[in-house]
Amino acid sequence: MDVKHIKDYLSWLYYQYLLITCSYVLEPWEQSIFNTVLLTAIAMMIYSSYVFIPIHIQLAMDFFSGIVGGQHESTVALMS
Amino acid sequence: MPVEPNHEECARHSKCPSPLPVHNGALYKRSFNESFEETPMFVAVLTYMGYGILTLFGYLRDFLRAWKIEKCHNATERGEQKDFVPLYQDFENFYTRNLYMRIRDNWNRPVCSVPGERVDVVERYTEDYNWTFKFTGRVIKGVINMGSYNYLGFAQNQGLCFLIFFVFRFNLLLSVSFRYDTIPVSLFFSSLQSVFLCNLDIHEELESLVARFLGVEAAMTYGMGFATNSMNIPALVGKGCLILSDELNHASLVLGARLSGAPIRIFKHNNMQSLEKLLRDAIVQGQPRTHRPWKKILIVVEGIYSMEGSIVRLPEVIALKKKYKAYLYLDEAHSIGALGPTGRGVVDYFGLDPRDVDIMMGTFTKSFGSAGGYIGGSKVLIDYLRKHSHSTAYATSMSPPVAEQIIASMKCIMGDDGTSLGQDRVQQLAANTRYFRRRLVEMGFIIYGNSDSPVVPLMLYMPGKIGAFGREMLKRNIGVVVVGFPATPIIESRARFCVSAAHTKEMLDLALREISEVGDLLQLKYSRHHFVPLLDRPFDETTYEETDD
Repeated sequence: MDVKHIKDYLSWLYYQYLLITCSYVLEPWEQSIFNTVLLTAIAMMIYSSYVFIPIHIQLAMDFFSGIVGGQHESTVALMS
Repeated sequence: MPVEPNHEECARHSKCPSPLPVHNGALYKRSFNESFEETPMFVAVLTYMGYGILTLFGYLRDFLRAWKIEKCHNATERGEQKDFVPLYQDFENFYTRNLYMRIRDNWNRPVCSVPGERVDVVERYTEDYNWTFKFTGRVIKGVINMGSYNYLGFAQNQGLCFLIFFVFRFNLLLSVSFRYDTIPVSLFFSSLQSVFLCNLDIHEELESLVARFLGVEAAMTYGMGFATNSMNIPALVGKGCLILSDELNHASLVLGARLSGAPIRIFKHNNMQSLEKLLRDAIVQGQPRTHRPWKKILIVVEGIYSMEGSIVRLPEVIALKKKYKAYLYLDEAHSIGALGPTGRGVVDYFGLDPRDVDIMMGTFTKSFGSAGGYIGGSKVLIDYLRKHSHSTAYATSMSPPVAEQIIASMKCIMGDDGTSLGQDRVQQLAANTRYFRRRLVEMGFIIYGNSDSPVVPLMLYMPGKIGAFGREMLKRNIGVVVVGFPATPIIESRARFCVSAAHTKEMLDLALREISEVGDLLQLKYSRHHFVPLLDRPFDETTYEETDD
């Protein structure tokens, strides 16, 4: 029952995707080109975000912690 | 079971748009509810994206055709003429070839019965993605017809008013259906020019009847509605005259205005401030360069606009026309028979005097279930046109059976046949219209136009949904007309229903149920009830620049 519900929902979602992107009126071979291009683009986006975002976050954190940490240290030095 | 006419229903209903404040409210004898809900932003973005994708694939296909990788089905330039002016390179051809062709099965469907409230459609299929069609040999029976301009239901093959019904519009679902078996073919062609020979008694009778129907001094009839506009405007105005035309006027009016040679200035759709500004400028400035006053200023408007479903603000137009001493040309192609308590068109609807409109034009194609057009007005005007109009001098006069059909249906509306049949139809149409529009608005669709207009545009927007809507509705045995570019602006694709007096409540309910179902399936219920009154649409000064230099 639940599986059928999910299947219906997925097919409805795919139909909406077809309508909005106009794949609905494309011929099958054009549809496959369009889907391939779109999937490739999305896959590349996900892959590149997986590869680069952690590094960027790491660098950013290093940078900000460097600023904050440095101030803290110098404050401590002044206090002592 | 008929729908109960209920005038106050819409105003009372909570979900319905409240009556808009009308600019010159005192001129109106009844409430004027006209709304054009703005396009939701995300819908506009997705629509443009859809057209973008289709355009990219169009370029790909054109590239493949040019390199002979795929077979080219459409017309191409001949090899020996390849240095001539290119014929198939403009945007319209690109659009037809690569966008329209993909959903072409929704248009020009062959019909094999009287296009009344129900219609039989010939089933067909395609093997090469809509480039050619083949018949399956089956007929889809009893499709509910929401597409014909059959406002009063006179397109029928029984009863007093029966003949054939012509649908001349290019984007209609229904193509022409001839019934040669009912009338001898020879009767169709009284093919002589009316000014010389072929004005029969029946034409005289028809013209006097039309004049009486409209409440004007005299009237003239023509065999073709389009030519009535396109050939008579040049007879009325010419060099030294000015035409002020609504931006959404029909192609026949545009053609007539252009053929006249007079400068044309366009005002915003149904926007009286824009019209007044143009009138004022025209009177203050006079003709370009010489600054002589214009000989005549002709305001050209339509009664009901067939793509927007809006009704002209006639009381204000007449007030402006009187104030600035201009002339008014009113095209009642859709409104005659379909509006007003007695079916006399938009003048009757607003309770005005027909003598205030200088030129009353209309067609017999829609409400009267026939063919042809008329012009009504003062005796002087009609005598002048009889002498000077091209469509009097060179066109054939109307064929007698067609004239007979018009006389029969017109007498029926006027009650001259001794029954209240015609009056009932007029009231039924008004009730059906209000019911159908109210239910659609409640369902959450974006519906354009006036709440009393039998033309009901339902906005679809996205190009993929145009094809899907037409196909899904026909699958559910309902025939609808879907409209896209070039008949509408490129993002405002729509489905257009035409309500008829012949639709029963059961039919409308069935149609509404199916429309709602398809609306849910295609996610068409865009409405967020943000109504923009026409007068609040932003002004764009650049549109008032002259078009003639």
